[in-house]
Amino acid sequence: MKFFPLIWCNLKRKKLRTFLTLLSILVAFVLFGLLSAIKEAMTGGISMAGADRLVVQHKVSLILLLPESYKARMEQLPGVDLAVFQTWFGGIYQDPKNFFMQNPVVPDQFLNMHPEFLLPAEQVKAWKETRTGAIVGRKTANKFHWKIGDKVPIKSPIWGRKDGAAAWEFDIVGIFDGKDKVTDTTSLYFRYDYFDEAHRGDRGQVGWYTVRVKDPKTSADVAKLIDKEFENSLAEVKAEPEAAMAQSWANQLGDIALITTSILGAVFFTILLVTGNTMSQEVRERTVELGVLKAIVFTNTQVVVLVLAESCVLAVLGGGLGLGLSWLITSGGDPTGGMLPMFYIPTRDLLIGLGLSVALGLATGFFPALQAMRLQVAVALRRM
Amino acid sequence: MNEPTKTNGPLVNVDGVEKVFRRGSEDIHVLRDLHLKVPAGEFLALMGPSGSGKSTLLNLIGGLDRPTRGSVSIGGERLDGLSDRLLAGWRARHIGFVFQLYNLMPTLNAERNVELPLLLTHLTKAERRKHVAAALEMVGLSHRAKHFPRTMSGGEQQRVGIARGIVTDPTLLLCDEPTGDLDRKAGDGILDLLQALNREHGKTIIMVTHDPHASARALRTVHLDKGQLSAEAVA
Repeated sequence: MKFFPLIWCNLKRKKLRTFLTLLSILVAFVLFGLLSAIKEAMTGGISMAGADRLVVQHKVSLILLLPESYKARMEQLPGVDLAVFQTWFGGIYQDPKNFFMQNPVVPDQFLNMHPEFLLPAEQVKAWKETRTGAIVGRKTANKFHWKIGDKVPIKSPIWGRKDGAAAWEFDIVGIFDGKDKVTDTTSLYFRYDYFDEAHRGDRGQVGWYTVRVKDPKTSADVAKLIDKEFENSLAEVKAEPEAAMAQSWANQLGDIALITTSILGAVFFTILLVTGNTMSQEVRERTVELGVLKAIVFTNTQVVVLVLAESCVLAVLGGGLGLGLSWLITSGGDPTGGMLPMFYIPTRDLLIGLGLSVALGLATGFFPALQAMRLQVAVALRRM
Repeated sequence: MNEPTKTNGPLVNVDGVEKVFRRGSEDIHVLRDLHLKVPAGEFLALMGPSGSGKSTLLNLIGGLDRPTRGSVSIGGERLDGLSDRLLAGWRARHIGFVFQLYNLMPTLNAERNVELPLLLTHLTKAERRKHVAAALEMVGLSHRAKHFPRTMSGGEQQRVGIARGIVTDPTLLLCDEPTGDLDRKAGDGILDLLQALNREHGKTIIMVTHDPHASARALRTVHLDKGQLSAEAVA
């Protein structure tokens, strides 16, 4: 710590140059933070997927429906613990920009399948007792200032009502929280029996199934069994682990990891050159001073540590500020109004960012430190 | 602060030293078979024209460079046997340097500049402050402790440089043209200070200069010419 004033004063020597270098590092780490958040938002479904859950959808396309009767048949297969269904409702609340998912479900079965949704017991009871009842995630409830007891009209361009009413009206009977940060709390769930009786289409049709297996190790075998069970039927199915499905969704958008890594690689390489050049220039300009320091107090190793400490302080300061700023930006939540419900920087990525800033400091300080170490005192002093 | 070096012989013993620099394919003999003894408590002036090897000799005595041949001993300890790391530690404990252009860190105030040689000691912050205050007091600059070099005159900066040189209570103070960049009045002030350090505090001082006015303040003057001490000046 006693060397910190010396390091700090050296950084303040050329204020504008230090500020611009700091700014370039800061911008790189803001970009790192934002790209991490985007990557997490697009692939977050993979990390929140249950290891013991399969998703069963129509073999041809997710938009084709499956019979509700498949539930009983699947639950009779060995290795299957529970099968629950959902259907894409695609509703609009006030404005198409207000995007969030709404699905009809059977309350007991749905909550049993998704323990990551935390709903107080009295609200569960109210949902089961209210045919038009719906539960909504905390994020969406907060966004629209909904509270329990509110009536919420939602229009669905897919599911028209038999009675010709333009909108479906739901009573908010519960607001659920997520068990952890990665749980999506932007959706709304309402009762399947209300939906099935009131919509204009064929009854007894559902969108897809979520199947819980008794032993996660048997997931692949159970998926094959399910596929086989419905072979040659009118609605053949494709069963796959929830994580694999989330991954295939993400893959439709391209290899997010490769894209983000490529962008980050290019940015970091540029920053490395900029900062490395600045540090080299600093050391060249301070040849005599370093010579004096070596004459009066420092060994070669200590000079190396001093130069490396300077570059690390600069990189960690810029990196820390950049990560802090990107955290502030992302803490405001999804900037797209619902397309990226899990838009945040994971703690893991913040730690990786800090590690990268230290690595950046060491990498950019390495050659200038070597230069300072090799400096011969007598030669440096002759340059006076 | 440091234990005085115990020796029966001279404090500084330069024995048959040669220094050769290589420039391209040419060898340049800067010092040739040079012998010099400096007893403890001496104030020695090293005079000579430019290129005579004064600063090179000072660097060898200060352990900043190594002789091509011969040996340099301080307080009976041969410097050529020390590794670079040990030599750096030895320098920090035993040698105080004063440079012609002061060479203060422009980003540190006077107090912090003087504190630099103490940073690698085991002294606490409070102890370091005490030593710094004493050194600044000795050079008459206590009132400028918080000032930065750019706000000081050349004479004041050199006083800070001297305070930095003596703050570790070194065995030997090496001054390379300490008045070379100062006007006569400021230079006299510095020479008064060096004389006082020698007379009142018993500091052994070797001063490189080409100014006869400065060398007149020393107890003894030796002349260097073409890498050798002139005969009449050898003690």
